[in-house]
Amino acid sequence: MTEPLLGVHNVSKRFGGLLAVSEASLSVESGRITGLIGPNGAGKTTLFAIISGFLSPSDGRVVYRGRDITALPPHRLAREGIARTFQVVQPFAGLTVRENIAVGAHLHIAGRRAALAAAERTGEEVGLGSVLDRPAGGLTVAGRKRLELARALATRPSLLLLDEVLAGLTPSEIRDIVPVIRAIRDRGVTILMIEHVMQAVMSLSDHVFVLSEGRIIAEGKPAAIASDPKVIEAYLGHGAAQRYAGGAAHAH
Amino acid sequence: MQTAIIIPAILNGVLMGAVYALVALGLTLIYGVLHIINFAHGALLTAALFAVYFCFRTLGIDPYVAVLGLAPLFFLLGYALQRFVIGPAAHGEDSNILLVTLGIAVVIENALLYVFRADTRTIDVPYGFSVIEFGGTFLSVPRVVGFFAAFAVAGLLWAILALTDTGKAIRAVAKEKRGAELSGIDVAHIYAMTFGLGTACLAVAACLLMPSYYVNPHVGNAFVLVAFTIVVLGGMGSVPGALIGGLFAGVVESLCGFYLGESLGQIGIFLMFILVLLFRPTGLLGARA
Amino acid sequence: MKAPGYLSVVAVVAALALVPFVTSSNVILNFLVIALLIALVGQGWNVLGGYGGQYSFGHAAFFGTGAYTTAVLQVQYGINAWPGFAIGIAAGALVGAVIGFLSFRSGLKGSYFALVTLAFAEVLRIVASVAPITGAGVGTLIRLDVRFEAFQFQSRAIFYWIILALVALSLVIVRMIENSRFGARLVAVRENEDAARALGVDVMATKLGAMTISAAITAAGGCFYAQYYLFLDAGIAYGPWISVEALLAPIIGGVGTIYGPLLGALVVKTLGEAAKHVTGTAPGLDLIIYGAVLVLVVGFAPRGVAGLLERLWPRRSRAPARAEEGKSRD
Repeated sequence: MTEPLLGVHNVSKRFGGLLAVSEASLSVESGRITGLIGPNGAGKTTLFAIISGFLSPSDGRVVYRGRDITALPPHRLAREGIARTFQVVQPFAGLTVRENIAVGAHLHIAGRRAALAAAERTGEEVGLGSVLDRPAGGLTVAGRKRLELARALATRPSLLLLDEVLAGLTPSEIRDIVPVIRAIRDRGVTILMIEHVMQAVMSLSDHVFVLSEGRIIAEGKPAAIASDPKVIEAYLGHGAAQRYAGGAAHAH
Repeated sequence: MQTAIIIPAILNGVLMGAVYALVALGLTLIYGVLHIINFAHGALLTAALFAVYFCFRTLGIDPYVAVLGLAPLFFLLGYALQRFVIGPAAHGEDSNILLVTLGIAVVIENALLYVFRADTRTIDVPYGFSVIEFGGTFLSVPRVVGFFAAFAVAGLLWAILALTDTGKAIRAVAKEKRGAELSGIDVAHIYAMTFGLGTACLAVAACLLMPSYYVNPHVGNAFVLVAFTIVVLGGMGSVPGALIGGLFAGVVESLCGFYLGESLGQIGIFLMFILVLLFRPTGLLGARA
Repeated sequence: MKAPGYLSVVAVVAALALVPFVTSSNVILNFLVIALLIALVGQGWNVLGGYGGQYSFGHAAFFGTGAYTTAVLQVQYGINAWPGFAIGIAAGALVGAVIGFLSFRSGLKGSYFALVTLAFAEVLRIVASVAPITGAGVGTLIRLDVRFEAFQFQSRAIFYWIILALVALSLVIVRMIENSRFGARLVAVRENEDAARALGVDVMATKLGAMTISAAITAAGGCFYAQYYLFLDAGIAYGPWISVEALLAPIIGGVGTIYGPLLGALVVKTLGEAAKHVTGTAPGLDLIIYGAVLVLVVGFAPRGVAGLLERLWPRRSRAPARAEEGKSRD
C-alpha cells in the first residue's frame, strides 16, 4: 500500500466554546480528485483553512508526503507544492490577468520575463488567453474563478486545494470549467476540492469525504456516498433518508 | 518620603489625564462609528484653543462661558468637514481617509500659523493660578474643574447616545451600517453628526484646558498622539475605555516627567503606545469595537 | 530591449543634469536641490507605500537617523563625511528594518501601521531633543569646511548634481524592483495579502525588504540634508514635516509610479514658491496649499499628476507592449 499524498489525522478546531471541527481525519491519494462535501456550517471552510495553513488546529496533525506540515505557514506550503484557491475570489485587482498569474509563476521562476511568459501559457490552459492584458478587477465571476485556478497552477503544485471553485457559477459555466479541472488532474496534479454543491463534485471526484457538524460522517466512491442514508440526513435533515427511500420505493 | 513626592505627581497626572480623556472621547467616538482614524483631531483641538483665546482676548468672554457658543460652533464645523470634505474625498477607502484628514490637519495647523504666527500664547483668567489643597497637595483649580467636567461630558455623551433618537441611530450605524442604511437611516448624515459630536468634545476640552494651559499652532501635535494612545489603550471605540485610558496616560506622563525630567514626560506615553500596538492591539480593556 | 524602462530614466536624468549649464542662478538651483531632495525622500516612501501599500506616517525616523548619523559622526567622532554618508544610509536602513520587523510581526496594517510609525518617529524626535550626543535643544552644527574631502562645495551646481545622482540611483533601484520577482511580490502583497501568501509569497520578508530599502533611500536624503545645510535639530531631522513631505510628493505625483515622487516634489515645491511670491514670506502658506492639494488629489485625482498627464496625453500603456513581446516569442 502506498502512503497517501496528504493525510489529515484527528484534526479539531475550537473557537472559544464552539467546536468547529471535531477529530476529522481524511486522506488524499496521489493522482486523484478527492471531494470533501458537507452542508453549510459543517466546518468545511475551517478544515480547509487548517489544511492550507491559514489556521492552526487546536488538536491533530496534517501530514504531507510523510512530513508533518501542521505548523507551516501558507507560503511554505506553496513551496512544498501545495496550492489553494479562494472561495471568495481574491484577485490582485489592480494588476492584469497576466501579472496576477505571474505572481504564482514566480514561485519557481526568478526572472520577470520568464514568469510572464509562463503565466501566459498557464492562462491559456484555463481559457483566459483572450483576457490576459485586462485588469483582473474587471473579470466576470467565472473569469475570476479561472484566474484563481490559473494562479494556483502557476506555482506548479503537486496538490491543489480547491475551495468551492464551482460555487456561484451558472450550470453552463460549471459545464465549461469541469473539463479544465479534469485536465489538471490528468496532468498529474492531485486535487482536493471542497464543495457545497454536490452534483458536480460527485461527477468529478474519484473519492469523497462527507463532513457534517465538524465530523467526517462518511467516505467512499461518489455513487455509494450519494445513496448513504447518513449523508442524505446530514443534507436534508433528520428522517429525510427514510422519506427519500420511501419515495424511491414508491417510484418503483 | 518617596510617596510624599509621588502622590502629587500622580494626582496632577490624573487631572491632566481627564483632559486627555476628553480629547480622546471625541476621537474614539468617531472611530467607533465611522471606523476611521481622524488625523485632524489634534489640529481641530488647536483651532478650538485659539478660538478660546480669541474669545477671551478680543471679546472678553471667559472660557467657561465661551463653551456655550464654541461647542455648537465646533459641532457645525465637524459636521461640515465630514459631510462636505472627508466623506466625498475619501471614497470610503481607509488609506484615503488617513490622507484626507492628514491634509485637513496640515491646512488647519498652518492656517493658524499664518494668522497667529508661531508664538505661544496664554490667557490670564482671575482663577488661573488658584489652588485648592487636597491630600496634602495643592491642585490647580482649573485642572480640578477640568477633571469633573470631563466626567460630566462623558456622562452627557453617554446620555446622548443612549437616550436620543440621533444617539440610537448613531449606535445602529456603528453596529451595522448596511442594516441601518436599509432601515432608512441617512448614514452620511449620521456620520457627520458623529464627527460633529467628536469635534464638539474638543471645543469643551479646549475651554477647560486653556485657563491653565497655552496655545501655539503646533500644540495639537502633542495631544493627537496622546489621544491615539488612549484610544488604542482603552479599546478602539470604547467610551469608558477612553476615560480610564486618559487617566492612565496622564499618570504615566506625569510619572515619566517626574523620573526622567519634564521634556521626556511624553516619551512614556509614546512607548506605551508602541508597546500596546505591538503586543495588544485590541487594547488593555478588551476587544476592538 | 533587454532591460525595459531604463531609457526614460536616462533621458529624464540627462535632461535634469543639463540645468546648471542653462542657468547659474543660485535661487533656481537651490529650489531644484530642495525639490530633488524631497523627490528622493518621497521615492523612499513610495517603495513601501506606493508599491507595497504600507502607508508610513513616520519616515522622519529614517531621514533623521541618516542626517544625525552623518552629522554626529563628523562632529563628535571626527569621521569623514563620505563614509559618514554611507554609514548614515546603513543606520537608516537598520532603523527601518527594526521598526518594520516589530510592526509587521505584530500584523499592524493600514491605520495602525501609520500610527505606530508616527509614534516611533516622535519617540526618536523627543530623544534627539534631549540627548547630549545630538546637541539636545541647541542642535548639531557641522563645521564649515568647504572641500571635496569634507563633502562640502562652494558651488550649488555640485550639490545639485550629487542630489540628482542620488535621485537617479533611486530611480534605477525602483525600476529594478518593478522588473523583478521581489517587485511583483511586493505589489501582490499590496493588492491582497492572503492571496499572495497562498502563492508562496513570504509576506513578512517582502514587507521587511521593502521597508529596509525604503528607509535607506529616505535616509540618504537625510544624509544629504545634513551636508547641504550643515545644521540639524530634533524638529528638523525627526520632525513631522518631513514625514508629511515624504508622502505628499508620491501621492500628489502618482503613488506607486516611478516618476510620481519626482513629479510630485516639483509640483509641490513650485506651488509653495508661487505662494511665497504672491504673499511674501508669511509662514505656513505653502503648507496650507500642500494640505489642500493633498485633499484634492486624493478626492479627485487618485492617480496623481502622473495619472492626469496620462489622461491628457494618452500614450501606449505598458500592457499592450507586453502582449507584443509575447507574440514575438511565439
